[in-house]
Amino acid sequence: MTFSKHRHSRYTSLALTEDVMSCGHTACPGCGGALSLRLAVKILAPDCVFVIPACCMAVIDGLWPISALRVPLYHTAFAATASTAVGIAAGLRSQGDLKTLVVGWAGDGGTFDIGLAALSASAARNDDYLYVCYDNEAYMNTGIQQSSATPQGAWTTTTPLPQAKTRPKKDILTLMMSHTIPYIASACVAYPDDFIRKFDTARKMRGFRFIHLFSACPPGHKSLEADTIRISRLAVDTRIFPLYEVINGKFALTLNPLLHKAGEYIKLQKRFAHWTDADIEAYQIEVDKRWEFLANLNEKRNL
Amino acid sequence: MRKVITGNHAVSYAVKLARVDVIAAYPITPQTSIVEELSEWCASGELKSEFIHTESEHSSMSSCIGASVAGARAFTATSSQGLAYMHEMLHWAAGGRLPIVMAEVNRSLAPPWTIYTDQQDSLSQRDTGWLQFYSRDNQEVLDSTILAFKIAEIVSLPAMVILDAFVLSHTSEAVDIPDQSLVDSFLPKRRAAYKVDTQNPCAFGGMKNVDSWMESRVHLQQAMDETAQIVEDETEKWFELTGRRLQPLQPYRMEDAEICILVAGTAAWTVTLAVDELRRRHIPAGSIGLWMFRPFPVVALRKLLANTKKLIVIDRSCSYGHSGIFAQECRSALFDMTPRPQVIGVIAGLGGREITSDGLVKQVEQLRMKYSAGLIEWMGVKNLA
Repeated sequence: MTFSKHRHSRYTSLALTEDVMSCGHTACPGCGGALSLRLAVKILAPDCVFVIPACCMAVIDGLWPISALRVPLYHTAFAATASTAVGIAAGLRSQGDLKTLVVGWAGDGGTFDIGLAALSASAARNDDYLYVCYDNEAYMNTGIQQSSATPQGAWTTTTPLPQAKTRPKKDILTLMMSHTIPYIASACVAYPDDFIRKFDTARKMRGFRFIHLFSACPPGHKSLEADTIRISRLAVDTRIFPLYEVINGKFALTLNPLLHKAGEYIKLQKRFAHWTDADIEAYQIEVDKRWEFLANLNEKRNL
Repeated sequence: MRKVITGNHAVSYAVKLARVDVIAAYPITPQTSIVEELSEWCASGELKSEFIHTESEHSSMSSCIGASVAGARAFTATSSQGLAYMHEMLHWAAGGRLPIVMAEVNRSLAPPWTIYTDQQDSLSQRDTGWLQFYSRDNQEVLDSTILAFKIAEIVSLPAMVILDAFVLSHTSEAVDIPDQSLVDSFLPKRRAAYKVDTQNPCAFGGMKNVDSWMESRVHLQQAMDETAQIVEDETEKWFELTGRRLQPLQPYRMEDAEICILVAGTAAWTVTLAVDELRRRHIPAGSIGLWMFRPFPVVALRKLLANTKKLIVIDRSCSYGHSGIFAQECRSALFDMTPRPQVIGVIAGLGGREITSDGLVKQVEQLRMKYSAGLIEWMGVKNLA
């Protein structure tokens, strides 16, 4: 198994540049989604247009007439991220603009659930734009209701105890892989160099590009605000949220985790507070199985 | 150039002449042949439009919204269930003040399944903030579509051009197709006042609070109010260019009419035959074909009916629990008139049930002496037992 190594941190140089997402936005303290957007828009600005559906980020950007993003932003309806984004891309192209990158930026509800049909159609057409899903694993903007991205066994307000979520998280990776698109990646803001490299790669490509972001959510995951980066790192280090990319169908893991036990990640979040040691062990088996599946994809990539 | 074409192809020709930038569509009977023809022209290079094959009408409208906010001229077509499925985004297009044009082929809503015409689908979208134009024939379909782009782009409101399923959509008539140069002079390239622009980054449609949201809707109504004058100006220009005049209310033998029959769609031609027959029977009848439903031509209607005693409104829709939708609109528009014509609401032709001139003559003769009508008179209904 080989992993790409980066000697220079682009993050350190990028961190010193002026923010494109200004302060004064209305995200909760410790919001992983806002950290991701702040970093992503820095990489992609100024030649980009954002499309944001109903989700936390639609509110975080600010109340009219204030917008925290210093790039154009179109707010659209919940199910309509992909279909609106392709419309903007086509509209710009029809007027000779081949430079501006359209970015659909939606939560897990808007991606895994209500927006899935439009997303799938758009990916199947290989529409020319970047779709980003910041996944905080539930409908957090409406107050922590389960989505099909919520992990099995998690508490949400619509999967209250003792009926925590019974079904596993939907596998968005293989779902997107089935669409034959040029670029799919996962990224996590706690690994900023990997994050930046992937957004840079996506920005330079053409066709349908999909990035899946892990997004810690203190109010929704019932975690400490100060633990956002710790939890985000652990999501990767426990192999619960592996970092990978798929370029033209070739899968590659992009980061070899330090390998922590799933329990370290689980125990920092009260949405899993009801889990027994046996539950954690059972989950570890699922995580290991998933990693093995991805490691196999990784080995096969050059065959 | 005169050509024998269906109503659907009259839409296609108008869209081509309008040099639409982006088309996003999903198939539904009886709309499909509109976008089939457009696809042919896109494939052959005859039409330089981006064509987006969507997976649903909700997405068709969303893609049109995206294209329109990018400053492009956008078009879609749908019917019935497809229009209902689009509903959320119809509000979005109007609230976002985007001049999208849509051809809407009037087909009844299921269940039970049917593919035939009535106006329930488009009238169920009455309150979405879209302009609505109902066509009587294929020439009006073509003319209305080109006018719709022009008017929509002036007032920044989306517009629906509506035609009867099959009676127009799949029936061929001779249609005058204007030259491209004529249409170019009437309808130049769209110049959007506001659009997504990396040189001038703005957020569109973001959250507004109670202190500012309401005003955006006042602006929407103001745009509707301004539309009446714009329609008058633009239909006049179109008349000068083509010799064809479209009016919000298209009167027939109304000069001395004591009884007026108002209806929209193809039945608005049928009704003129009934008027001729009634006149032969010495009944002073006239008719109004309703072309523009939104904004509703309140002032023009009051003016036309100043000396009319009775208005019979033919509805191919029903607001269940009340009455026909055009009838309600007319009752409210005329309420402040003195003297006020009696309004009788007739519901006919649901699910494609034919409205004949004989049937209309019979109905008018029956209702002529009736002075206390209920909210609904049903026409052409079979034995319900």
